[in-house]
Amino acid sequence: MKSLILTTGARLLIALFLVFSLYVLLRGHNAPGGGFIGGLIAACGFAIHAFASGVAEARRALRVDPRVIGVLGLVCALAAGLMAWPLGFDPFAGVWGEVAGYKVSSVLLFDIGVYLAVVGGILTLIFALEETL
Amino acid sequence: METVLAILSGVLSACAVWLMLSGNLLRFLFGLLLLSNAVNLAIFAAGRLTEGAPPLLGQGGALPGHQMANSLPQALLLTAIVIGFGLFAFALALTIRAYRAFGHLEVDRMRLAEPEEGGK
Amino acid sequence: MNWTLALPILVPFCAAALAFLLRNRRGSGWISVGGSVLSLILALQLLAEVLRHGVIATQMSAWAAPFGITLAADYLSAAMVLITAIIGLAVALWGMAEVGQISARMGWHGLFQTLIGGVTGAFLTGDLFNLYVWFEVLLISSFGLLVIGGQRKAVDGAVKYVTLNLISTVLFLCAAGLTYGATGTLNMADLRAAVAAHPDQGLMTVIAMMFMIGFGLKAAVFPLFFWLPASYHTPHYAVSAVFAGLLTKVGVYALIRVFTLIFVGDQGYTHEILLWVACLTMLTGVLGAAAQSDFRKILSFHIISQIGYMVLGLALMTPLAVMGGVFYLLHHIIVKANLFLVAGVSRRLTGSSDLYAIGGLYRSAPLLAVLFLIPAFSLAGFPPLSGFWAKYVLVKASLDLGQGLVAFVALLTGLLTIFSMTKIWAEAFWKAHPDGRQPRLASIPARARVLLLSPMIALALMTVLIGLFPDPFVTFATTGAEQLLDPSAYVATVLERGAE
Repeated sequence: MKSLILTTGARLLIALFLVFSLYVLLRGHNAPGGGFIGGLIAACGFAIHAFASGVAEARRALRVDPRVIGVLGLVCALAAGLMAWPLGFDPFAGVWGEVAGYKVSSVLLFDIGVYLAVVGGILTLIFALEETL
Repeated sequence: METVLAILSGVLSACAVWLMLSGNLLRFLFGLLLLSNAVNLAIFAAGRLTEGAPPLLGQGGALPGHQMANSLPQALLLTAIVIGFGLFAFALALTIRAYRAFGHLEVDRMRLAEPEEGGK
Repeated sequence: MNWTLALPILVPFCAAALAFLLRNRRGSGWISVGGSVLSLILALQLLAEVLRHGVIATQMSAWAAPFGITLAADYLSAAMVLITAIIGLAVALWGMAEVGQISARMGWHGLFQTLIGGVTGAFLTGDLFNLYVWFEVLLISSFGLLVIGGQRKAVDGAVKYVTLNLISTVLFLCAAGLTYGATGTLNMADLRAAVAAHPDQGLMTVIAMMFMIGFGLKAAVFPLFFWLPASYHTPHYAVSAVFAGLLTKVGVYALIRVFTLIFVGDQGYTHEILLWVACLTMLTGVLGAAAQSDFRKILSFHIISQIGYMVLGLALMTPLAVMGGVFYLLHHIIVKANLFLVAGVSRRLTGSSDLYAIGGLYRSAPLLAVLFLIPAFSLAGFPPLSGFWAKYVLVKASLDLGQGLVAFVALLTGLLTIFSMTKIWAEAFWKAHPDGRQPRLASIPARARVLLLSPMIALALMTVLIGLFPDPFVTFATTGAEQLLDPSAYVATVLERGAE
């Protein structure tokens, strides 16, 4: 189904979705939000693109196989959990540091992992279902 | 409020069982979806409900004046919903594949792995 | 000590991620093998640690028990983790020869390691809801493994496997949620006291029964086993070997854990049901096997009858019986996985798994015949192999309790097991191939031959070793059973660590 309105609108929407998803991801540390919901929003953006211009086009826009994105998310989460090891903390304990005046933590890395895993997982499913139907 | 949820959960389970007993794979899946929602509602109700307010402490950890819901079941639910969503999506994809392989979704007629006659 | 418990779970997931990212390279299978070797080392380290301290426990990211997620290992858990690592390594090697490039590209090795990680997590967790999550992890990866590389038959098997396992999952979730609603805790050590102290014991029994049905479905006990023979003979042989060895045993492990640690208040009711279930499971499984004529289907039905023995050990609840159940559990995983691997090689040599269409393996592949006989006799309970001791202990335990009928069923099942093993032997190995083929092991390329045979020989050696020197294993299982029947050390270790 090709619709001029949807394809044109999708271009605006996808950018909006992606930026908003990053905002939700980052604000999730102390306020409602976080990796899971952020990942869902980002996946929605690409899903709309897939509906508007076809799965092949959405895959091209994504550049990377969504399954790889999902596994990279797993890698991030594992790294966040394992990071505590060399520093002598308990498994999956939060590790905090400061980079240029900003506090960064393994918690954020874990959340980014969740974000990527959700984006990858959902898009794998949506693309696969769209292609088989 | 908990009573209403309990009854609703029971009604959902009943519908789910009815759907799952039909011989069609897709209806079975819908039944399963209803059943998992029924279970989710049951867990939700088991954690008590506070109407109109989230189960969060106020500024500085202050307790609100009214009785509070337990927020852990809601966290468990969230996990369960996410996992359930993944499983359901997989089951749906499998159903599509089964439909392509067999041309129907009648589970009684899916005997490829277990032929009717014993052995050969 | 904290990392000793966490690493055996984390390493398979790291291996899974790596193997998936490099799945298009030729060597992605070796990453999986490397991960398995590392897991094996870590599992041995865990076992050493458990032997030293009895029970060890840790809290994830140091959130105190009973609020944070507990990882805990007693003798049973540590042994199960070790066996998981052994089977993981054996099948990872064996699978390299069977799983082709197409399946590897679809991420077979990654899914396999995820499955191993999920199983390990289920054995190590001390939290009921966390157990649910590990069940889901292994379920999702087993779904993937079931359909990858299979034909239409695999889709058919997967439909039954997926639907029935999803029902069990929903039941488990419901039971866990209600447990929390009633007691306010999900930590298994904490639950022991909380469940015992609950004013409404009838309600606790209802919840216990929900757990029994949920785990029973996973363990494939008597009225709930139909998904197993419908699906285990459809995927890759490597997949059925690891499923046969490990997956149902996770259900059995969960049954043992929950019904020795948490729900022991109404044993006259729950364990009586378990006893009947055990007997019927043994009988139906072995009778089902007698009616089959497909190599893998016979073995699938045997899994069911063997599950009966393990549940029997739990149902009798005496130190000797639980020891027998634990011993059976450990020995069975090795034997069963090995038998499926033998079936895989025989299929490769003869071109079919239908017993009436194959034959001549004894004459042309005597090594394979020996590799079949060792686990097959062990399964049937021939002295001096490992299965003999396991069966002997269980029969003795039931006679000690005056349960003559149960002992009779257990012995009868052993006899019928011999019958269907003889059937496989006579059809696949003894008689000549109907087409006059002479399937030789030498016909397999050298690299594949080494990959296929070395894990099988290692597993067979383990079976013989346990059979010839049962003493250390029996001592180990006895201590394990004592810990299960008197979990005060387990409870104290988990909760004390949280109090620090």
